[in-house]
Parts: sequence; structure tokens; C-alpha cells
Amino acid sequence: MSRIFVPKDSAALAVGADAVAGAIVAEAARQGLAVEIVRTGSRGLFWLEPMVEVETGEGRVAYGPVTARDVAALFAADFLAGGPHPLRIGPPEDHPWLAGQTRITFARCGIVDPASLDDYRAGGGLAGLERAREIGPAAILEAMTLSGLRGRGGAGFPAGVKWNTVAEATGAPKYIVCNADEGDSGTFADRMIMEGDPFALIEGMAIAGLAVGAAKGFVYSRSEYPHANRAFTVAIEAARADGLLGAFELELRVGAGAYVCGEETALLESLEGRRGQVRAKPPLPAHKGLFGRPTVVNNVLTVATAPWILANGAEAYAALGVGRSRGTQPIQLAGNVKHPGLYEAPFGLTLGQLVMEIGGGTASDRPVKAVQCGGPLGAYFPPALFETVYDYEAFAARDGLIGHGGIVVFDDTVDMAAQARFAFEFCAIESCGKCTPCRIGSVRGAETVQKVIDGVDVAGNLALVEDLCHTLKFGSLCALGGFTPYPVMSAITHFPEDFGGRGEVPKSHSSL
Amino acid sequence: MTRFEPWSTERAAEIIRPRAHLDGAALPILHALQAAFGCVPREAVAMTAKALNLSRAEVHGAMTFYHDFRQAPPGRRVVKVCRAESCQAMGGEAAGAFLLAALGVGWGGTTADGAVTVEGVYCLGLCAVSPAALIDGEPLGRLDGMTLAEAARA
Repeated sequence: MSRIFVPKDSAALAVGADAVAGAIVAEAARQGLAVEIVRTGSRGLFWLEPMVEVETGEGRVAYGPVTARDVAALFAADFLAGGPHPLRIGPPEDHPWLAGQTRITFARCGIVDPASLDDYRAGGGLAGLERAREIGPAAILEAMTLSGLRGRGGAGFPAGVKWNTVAEATGAPKYIVCNADEGDSGTFADRMIMEGDPFALIEGMAIAGLAVGAAKGFVYSRSEYPHANRAFTVAIEAARADGLLGAFELELRVGAGAYVCGEETALLESLEGRRGQVRAKPPLPAHKGLFGRPTVVNNVLTVATAPWILANGAEAYAALGVGRSRGTQPIQLAGNVKHPGLYEAPFGLTLGQLVMEIGGGTASDRPVKAVQCGGPLGAYFPPALFETVYDYEAFAARDGLIGHGGIVVFDDTVDMAAQARFAFEFCAIESCGKCTPCRIGSVRGAETVQKVIDGVDVAGNLALVEDLCHTLKFGSLCALGGFTPYPVMSAITHFPEDFGGRGEVPKSHSSL
Repeated sequence: MTRFEPWSTERAAEIIRPRAHLDGAALPILHALQAAFGCVPREAVAMTAKALNLSRAEVHGAMTFYHDFRQAPPGRRVVKVCRAESCQAMGGEAAGAFLLAALGVGWGGTTADGAVTVEGVYCLGLCAVSPAALIDGEPLGRLDGMTLAEAARA
């Protein structure tokens, strides 16, 4: 019996993976061959999806991108034995794009059957939870702190410090809340984990619960992720049936299309059943979070990395990376890029390496004009800043952010004034309405950028936009209003030719 | 093809009852109601409020806050077209405009025959196969105006 691996990741499904799997089954039946199709997550080389792998005597051999129409020819080329064919990629691990990565959070993604606990165990899963149970809460907290792991949702707050705060907080019950409301355009790593290695997230939740003394956890996902939600539900049920969670209770909740619920306090409001409006901080969620109780709120990638840290040691994780950015970052390359996908590497690559070497430049073969890093609230970088090192501090020093690790590439056809207007429009659509700078400022900002585009008092209106950005940055309750100035001001600063040719950098931008 | 149940008080009560005990039950209940009826009718808001010991204003306020919840059922097929940056960089806006023109509707609109509703959404997490859409929950990537319009009407 030949084993054939076909991804079920929703981005692979979006380009025909189901049809390919169906064609393989049909062709095998026609030829009277016994095949077993294993539906995996994605390896993250999305320009090669649907990427099919076959198990041979010498390990797995990949082919891609495969369409249903290619399947008969693949059988004719004896692909079940790894035979030659124009779509043959070879052993996936030898592909330079994978060979250059350091896969920690994504070690199993695309390889294992995400519904199989046996696969998970065979791939090293649950070693972290076992270790956590041996060493107990104090040593878990110490390991998390030593590892230097910072919150991968965007804020980059040290996970160990947060867990310690909740562990020391008085009040019961305590909660673990996983933020899987991955709303940033250009990001899909959380989705890939939930679809491709969901037990890693489940194991991380159990470890967090053990560390801080919480008996219940919620994973707050998005309605835009129906496949991830189904895959994660299957995994929770398998974990429950296996009893591996012990007394820890885990529940999946699904948002309802509000970007702002990715902000942790809005997420908590939503989990409590209300409008997703942000809360003023303090109190911190670590002190008064879900239902007013001490709560850990961490991103999927943060939680799913905890098992590796426990299993392999905090030192091994901290040994990777640069400066205060330790470990690896699952970087997501998207937009107009030749090689879009998931690239996990230690911090320290340059933005130029990521976009031009790993990403291969634009898909359209036109020059890169701008790269938006860190989602819709992140800055646009011009190629002139491509030497910027990919770490939290280096990006902050350039008025940018890493955010959740998304990088969206644009070619030279993009109109940066339109992108600046969109940043305000997006803020207006998604504003929770609680604070005035965000609620009103976003609408006025979009109108004012439109005046610039229309050539109405360009200098005066650009000054007004800059002033408005200042108000948003310092007067908003959360990052939605507070960070919308990043895409707007970076567009104006780095691409003045798109704003009526004013050609000068706003004077006070350095203070933004 | 999306098919919904006709409104029924009994059915709504059956949906609400087993979820009312959940911590922060409002969203799970609203989702389940919409999955059954295609929207959250006014009567369902009142029933949810009663079951959760909340005011109708609180439940109405929560429901109308979220982009997903509808007060009237959509067309028989719902096409969610991503309008966020990654898809913009790959021509998503032109594809969306082509679809709207082909169907003769605007964003959020439903064709006159009730066949298709088109909604703009901000990120489906399919950014590595941009531009992308969800058609009745099934993903479609590397699309253009033509493939999108064909899938919407298929």
C-alpha cells in the first residue's frame, strides 16, 4: 500500500487540493492500486501547492504544484516510487526553502495527520507536557522566562513575565485565553497550526494552565476560518477522549468578523458575550481578565511554542535569535511575492533577504515598491530600508513593527496614497467606537487623504493628516487607533511622490 | 448551496436552551441561530435576552456590533471576497469589482433573483494564494474576476 500525502490546509484547498486527492483515488482505483491518502497540513511552500508527497523507500518525495489533470501523468511516471516528472520537487526537506528554515513551532506542520494523536506523539508531541508535569509550576515559569519567548501576536511582551504575573495574582478561577483571532492581512500562521498541528496548541494550553494554576482555557478563533475551526474541534475531541488534558477544560469560541477582537481586552469582552469594545488598561488582563479573573492571553504561536521549550530546554530556544528577540519567528510572506509561504527562522535576517532572496521578489516580475510588515497597522517599508534586521527593536527604531510576522509585498503599480486612505478606512470600518480619536479620526483621516489625492490644498491637508495621526497615536485606547498612523505616515514619509509630489518628510514624524 | 430553516419559535428555543449555561453564551447562541435561520430575527434576540437574563438592548447591541450577524437572510449563496492588503497587492480589488458588475450588486448586496450575496471581508488567511474568497465557506485562491464570477454563479 502506497501512502500519499495531500494537504488539507485551506490555502491548499483554495487551489484545488481536494480535486487532486479525488483524482488520485480515482486513478489508483482504475489501475487497481492500493493507496492510502493522508490529509496533512501544509509545509508552507504555497506557490507549490497543491504539493503532493509520496512515501518511498528513501523517504518522502514531493511533487507540485499538482492539478487534478496532472494525476494520470504522475501515475504514468511512477510517482508512487518517486519517479521523474517535470513536477517532481524531490525530498521536501532538501528543498532550499525548507532546508534554510529552523522549524520549531512548525516542526510537524505539513508532515503529520493533524487528526492523529499517534502521529503527534511519534513526532515528539506531548514530551513538553510530560516534562511540565514532572518539574511543576515554578520550574515551568522559570523555563518560559529563560527562553526569552515574546508574545507572537504582535506586542512582543515576554511570555514568562505574563505567566508569572498570573501565577502570582490572587483570585480564582484563573483562565488561559488563546488569541486565535488572526485578522492581520498577510498572516496565516495561526490558521496553519490549527489546521496542521492542532495538538501543539492544545498541549501548550495545558502547560500554561499547569504553570499558572488555571483549570479552564478558551481558544478564540475567527469565523473566517471555518476549516481551522473544524480541524481544531476534531483535535479537542481526540485530546478529551484520550484524557491527555487531565482536569484541564478547553473550549473553542468563534468570533463574528470584528478585527478589533484581536485586541486582547476586546477579545475578553467578546468572550463574555458583549460587544467587542476595548477596555482601558490598567487593570491588566493578567490581574483582571476574563470575568474579572487573572487571565493569560497569548497568541496561538506563543502557546504552541511552549511545548518545544519545555521538551528541549529554555537554553536551546534562547540560543537562537538576536538581541532581545530570542528564538524563531514564523514569518509569513504574502501579497505580490514569487514564493509566498511560511518561513520559520531565528530573528536576525534582513528584510531584504526575506523579500528578495527567500521570497524571490515580486510574482509580477516588476520592481518591489513597498513592503507592509506587521499587518494593516504596520508600516510600509521601501526597498531603501531593506537592510533593516528582522527583530522587534530594529523595526521599532524604523517606526515599524513585526507584529504577527506578516510581510505583504507590493510592486510598482501600487498607489501609496490609496494605501494610506485604506489604512484610515479600515480603521473606520473596524473601530469599536469606544474612543474618539479612532472612531472619528479614522473617518476624518480618510476624507483628508482623499483631499490630498484630489489635489485640494495638498500641503495643508498633509499637515492636517500628520496632526491627526499624532492624536490617534497618543489618544487612542488600543493599537487599532494607536497604530493606524504607522501605515499612513510611513506611506507619506517614504513615498512622497504619491502624495502630490510634496517631496519632503514631515518634520515631526520622528516623534511618532 | 446555503439552505436555511424557516423561522420557528420552538426551534429557536431548542437552539438557545443547551447553550444558555455557557460562560458568555451570547456569541455561541447568535452563531447557532444564524446557522439555522440565515440571520438572527428580532424575535430571536428577545428570546436570547430572556434566556441569558439580559436586556434586549444588550443582545441587540452585541449582535449589531459584529459584521457577521444579519437581520435578514442572505442569498442562496454567500461569496465573501477578501479586500485586505495581500489580496489588494494581487489584483483582488479588480476581481471584486468585476464580480459586482457581473452580478449587478454592490458590496453587501444580493442579486435580484436572491441567488448570490457578495460581502467584502478583511482577510481570510489565504494570503499566500491571493487573491482569495470564501464561497459558502469553501476557499478559492489565485482567483481573477472571471473565475470568481463563475464560482459565484456555479
